[in-house]
Amino acid sequence: MIKLENVSKSFFDGKSSVHALHDVSLEVGTGQIYGVVGTSGAGKSTLIRCVNRLEVPEKGRIWVDGQEITALDDASLRKARQGMGMIFQQFNLLSRRTSSENIAYPLEIAGFSKLERESRVKELLNLVGLEDKANSYPAQLSGGQKQRVGIARALANHPKILLSDEATSALDPATTESILELLVDLNQKLGLTILLITHQMEVVKKVCDHVAILENGYLLESGPIFDLIADPHSHLSKAFFPPIQEALLDPDAIQAAITFIGVAADEPILASMMREFEVDVNFLGGNIQQIGKRRVGQLQVELKGKEVAESLSFLQERGLRVEVRK
Amino acid sequence: MNLLDWLPRFWNESLITIYMVGVSTFFTVIFGLPLGVLLVLTDKDGLLPRPGLNRVLSFIVNLARSIPFIILLVLLIPFTRALVGTSIGPTATIVPLTLAAVPFFGRVVESSLREVPRGLIEAAESMGSSLWQTVSKVLISESMPGLILGVALTFISLVGYSAMAGAVGGGGLGDLAIRYGYIRNETDVMLVIVVLLLILVQGVQWIGDRLAAKLSKK
Repeated sequence: MIKLENVSKSFFDGKSSVHALHDVSLEVGTGQIYGVVGTSGAGKSTLIRCVNRLEVPEKGRIWVDGQEITALDDASLRKARQGMGMIFQQFNLLSRRTSSENIAYPLEIAGFSKLERESRVKELLNLVGLEDKANSYPAQLSGGQKQRVGIARALANHPKILLSDEATSALDPATTESILELLVDLNQKLGLTILLITHQMEVVKKVCDHVAILENGYLLESGPIFDLIADPHSHLSKAFFPPIQEALLDPDAIQAAITFIGVAADEPILASMMREFEVDVNFLGGNIQQIGKRRVGQLQVELKGKEVAESLSFLQERGLRVEVRK
Repeated sequence: MNLLDWLPRFWNESLITIYMVGVSTFFTVIFGLPLGVLLVLTDKDGLLPRPGLNRVLSFIVNLARSIPFIILLVLLIPFTRALVGTSIGPTATIVPLTLAAVPFFGRVVESSLREVPRGLIEAAESMGSSLWQTVSKVLISESMPGLILGVALTFISLVGYSAMAGAVGGGGLGDLAIRYGYIRNETDVMLVIVVLLLILVQGVQWIGDRLAAKLSKK
């Protein structure tokens, strides 16, 4: 649905040029919720702005829904943008328009009649649960309500894609939760493809099925979230399960990280292993995370005994990811 | 001074002032609004970056604002005559008043439009707005309260300028104040005129403030 191919972009700030994006390629499939994470200054904003060409990439090509965005003339670009909704950290609502009028804006741009606009606005207010705020001005709304108006406005022209630029970063945790639930709901109900950028790992854990990690303009890794977590070398996995410090380790033991995803997290596989094999298990640390609807856990252990190798393959046979660190 | 004898005169000259300044303000908005929009759009970070044109426009604006009004009034006599057929009287005065106020109002518009958050413009672009739609539905619409205050400010400045219109036989309250209050030293006439001008200025500012407050939804 969205494809970036070797996209580069740099900015010139007075004296030197800063690389915002460095040869970035990624692909977002239809219906995915794709999260791009990174600290501020990593190039996330530039990346998402390249998708609807608010920023023009210097090198590389971008496709959205089969259309090469980087090759469009101005008129076709405006048309293409109407098929992509975008929501913002600061909501960016027009202060002198009510919720309804803000939501109607993209419909005016697309040339719908007043009658058509009114009925569509009604549907959208309903979709985001703001029927009673139709005639409120942004200044009269809470942050969460403003973002709901922003989402309704972004969806007005039935886009297939929603671009979310730090949409929950200005909201408190409870409101963030409810906005994220709304996004997941829209993804499922409308089959909406969502590309979101965020610096909050919580957002990634709650909604994303695919993740890319961006650092200093470089794409470090990307892929399905559970694949990345299952790979103990991935940045994502290290972010969720920070490795134990070396100094703590027993020099004679084998140290391993055992990662279990989904069902395995609920079964007493480790207990079975300890009953069946001659092995001593020393727990160094552990952590269970809720990612989307699945639970993902990682245990860091030290193993000693005659049957260490056998016990580890026992775990692997049962679908656990085992990484021996020493 | 016999107030009863002077009353029709005061009334008449007040109307002339309101006519001159009102029509000048109208034309100032017609020409100054596009000028201000152009100054913002052609800026190097604007929606239609044309740094060269921007510098030229900015220079012309500064040049026009540097010329003292009384000089402009005289300099423009041939132009005024060509435009309205005469260089004398209230209607003729509208030409230099407008020309003096357009660059001023252009700057007022420019600074109002710059107050519109960058994010709003970005949002409008992300929804596929054309340049014209972004300008009319976002830039101008969002800065409407500021623009209204700018119109009131321009009107009030022009009331001051119009006092010099006497130099070309323009008439109006300011002219009366100079001829009777200053040259003939009739302090009571001067006082009445100052009160009348105060009422005009105060009234316009009040209307401007009220309108701006009503239009602002922040």
